[in-house]
Amino acid sequence: MDLFTILQVLDSTVRLATPLLLACLAGLFSERAGIFDIGLEGKMLAAAFFAAALAAITGSVWLGLLAGIAASLMLSAIHGLASITFRGNQLISGVAINFLAAGMTVLIAQDLFSQGGRTPSLIGKGRFEPITLPFAEEVIDIPVLGPIYYELISGHSILVYVAFLMVPLSWWVLFRTRFGLRLRAVGENPAAVDTAGVSVVGLRYAAVAICGVLCGIAGAYLATGLQAGFVKDMTAGRGFIALAALIFAKWRPWYALYACLLFGLLQAVALRYQNIDLGLITLPVQFMDALPYVLTVVILAGFVGKAIPPRAGGQPYVKER
Amino acid sequence: MTQTAPAIELKGISKAFGPVQANKDISIRVMPGTIHGIIGENGAGKSTLMSILYGFYKADAGEIFIQGQKTTIPDSQAAIAAGIGMVFQHFKLVPNFTVLENVILGAEDGELLKPSLAKAREALTDLAAEYELKINPDAVVETLSVGHQQRVEILKALYRQADILILDEPTGVLTPAEADQLFRILNRLREEGKTIILITHKLREIMDITDTVSVMRRGEMTATVKTAETDPEALAELMVGRKVLLRVDKQPAEPGAPILQVRGLRVVDGDGVERLKGIDLEVHAGEILGIAGVAGNGQSELLEVLGGYRDATGEVRLNGDVIDLTGKKSDGQSRRKRGIAHVPEDRQREGLIMDYHAWENVAFGYHHDAAYQSGILMNNAAIKADTERKMEKFDVRPPDPNLAAKNFSGGNQQKIVVAREIERNPDLLLVGQPTRGVDIGAIEFIHQQIVSLREAGKAVLLVSVELDEILSLADRVAVMFDGVIMGERRASETDEKELGLLMAGITEMPDKPIIDAVEEQLAAKEAREAKQHG
Repeated sequence: MDLFTILQVLDSTVRLATPLLLACLAGLFSERAGIFDIGLEGKMLAAAFFAAALAAITGSVWLGLLAGIAASLMLSAIHGLASITFRGNQLISGVAINFLAAGMTVLIAQDLFSQGGRTPSLIGKGRFEPITLPFAEEVIDIPVLGPIYYELISGHSILVYVAFLMVPLSWWVLFRTRFGLRLRAVGENPAAVDTAGVSVVGLRYAAVAICGVLCGIAGAYLATGLQAGFVKDMTAGRGFIALAALIFAKWRPWYALYACLLFGLLQAVALRYQNIDLGLITLPVQFMDALPYVLTVVILAGFVGKAIPPRAGGQPYVKER
Repeated sequence: MTQTAPAIELKGISKAFGPVQANKDISIRVMPGTIHGIIGENGAGKSTLMSILYGFYKADAGEIFIQGQKTTIPDSQAAIAAGIGMVFQHFKLVPNFTVLENVILGAEDGELLKPSLAKAREALTDLAAEYELKINPDAVVETLSVGHQQRVEILKALYRQADILILDEPTGVLTPAEADQLFRILNRLREEGKTIILITHKLREIMDITDTVSVMRRGEMTATVKTAETDPEALAELMVGRKVLLRVDKQPAEPGAPILQVRGLRVVDGDGVERLKGIDLEVHAGEILGIAGVAGNGQSELLEVLGGYRDATGEVRLNGDVIDLTGKKSDGQSRRKRGIAHVPEDRQREGLIMDYHAWENVAFGYHHDAAYQSGILMNNAAIKADTERKMEKFDVRPPDPNLAAKNFSGGNQQKIVVAREIERNPDLLLVGQPTRGVDIGAIEFIHQQIVSLREAGKAVLLVSVELDEILSLADRVAVMFDGVIMGERRASETDEKELGLLMAGITEMPDKPIIDAVEEQLAAKEAREAKQHG
């Protein structure tokens, strides 16, 4: 395997890890505040559709992005209403959102575009184009480092850079600001926050809203960056893989980056090598395609050490007597 | 010159939860620089009253004056602003945060944490010096002993400039030495002019430390008196509304053959932490063995193993026969068949199913009893009749088998559990915290039942965190600390002081001040916990 091939696989890893990373960080904010969110998948899907639809209609990918975020935020609001205000079951609310998004996107797509539940292919300004970073062309001839910069670091769409910058930003917000301290506290012991005179409901809604925005970006990236348009169920379980990555990452931003890169790498390898010949046996392409999901199950089964979720996760807060 | 205004004055506070009148027209005046006790049984409305003062509930009627100013307290923020700090019975701490983070939570100075943390670190150093509230600001709270966690709660209030400190049942989880230390701190705070409200059900604490005391009964304030002008008997009568027996009357024990023999009992929990580290004990017929200790030192695990719902290694014999500690024959059912009855520590989670009827709860654990069967079906009528009989004998009120368990008061719930277990006439009775959350009247009754089982020649293993209860009920006392039995004493030949030291893991009278020795032990335990934690 030469450097070029490796770089191409890694380049693909970065692109495939991006939606996972955004969704994973979205889940991180929500779960750190004590709201389990199984509806990441649905929010991404809705965002992907609305982003692609608006980009297709208006020809502006930026309006598409905004529409995607708005759609995801709407679903977040529903989840917040159900699980914070009405103290409902967070898992059921999340599952409902997934079903709602899966059905609604196809329905509206068919109604608007009559193309079998998809949007038209996006072209030109309807997509996020790759950005060539400064000096990428100039340094390409420098051995090793040049191609790494040109292939791997440069040449992604703006949302990829946004996603990766979100990692240090999330860490900083969670661990270095007042908001982050309170947000983490509300996921561990909301009574402590309440008796300190801070609104539990307000904090949890803020967390759910951040989750909505990040899921919105993730979905928009799927339909307008990674691919050119919306197709039915295009999230393909990424929301769930992001949840697995979140557990794997023990609810920490930097670990989330590593976990998502690992899952991205698996997807990239599966995409590039259809059948892997190991000499004695040949791994069929289906095996590689299934690997991220298999790994998800293994991780969820608790194979990876002890991951302690936020203690108040999944529980509606009720003041005790 | 005008007279100084009371630090807190409540006028005509009323609060109802549905049909239950939790507080009825309550008025109280607390002068600044005093310690004011509020005493009353469970459900008397003490906590509700304090929750109103701390902005957790809105009173239906009444006025609040703080330092002479009429104040409304719609939420905790307002209470903090008015200079009120509260130390709850169940601490409101974030377990995986450091002391410093817990202290600043909600009282940060700006958007960024760094300056707030630096400021709090300095403030903590000052407070530690001023009030003997020493604590490591970087320790993670869940690795701290309960006494130190309570200290964090007090520091939280002081950091917020509280002038009025409310403590809700603060000594329930402390060793006697730690409680003494707490009272030293409270005295110190009083000297500095702080006003303290102490909510408790322990008469002795009221007598020891308060200046004035208010008694609550069934939502009403029945009396407010100067502590110096009253005595425990009078207060107990005010609490219950009739004369009560504070001591248990019993003859000296005449122990017979050993019923329960435990050798080298060990338990490792799911996290790999050893909870019981080789327990040896014996309980004889006609004897009550009391297990004293601060909650969380392995007593619960001991009861769970003997009750048949936790695996263990070691040897346990009942009437000389070995009983299984793992596998199929080690469950509650098998234990009951062999004559071990169990009144669990947490009656609401382990002793009863709260949504089920009293008669269903009376059948639990004994539902295979032939008297309860009618062919392949359960004979509900027979169970109900049996329940009615037991309810009458144990004076459960109301004596209605069809009422759900949750609709009985704490004391009556406990009577249902005790009736179910004692009426089976077991060889060995395991009892955990028999009177936790139980009113004084019911305590008296439950204690008598336990003693009469002993008089009938049965063995009783009693676990309680209330030293008073252990000392008045038990014939022998074993003290547990950190999964080992630190020592055994005859109840008639020991006292609180000696047991208190054992509860802190100290076996010999130290040559330094007791509190320093206790602190040393606790620090060592915390270090072990922190190690396991990391």
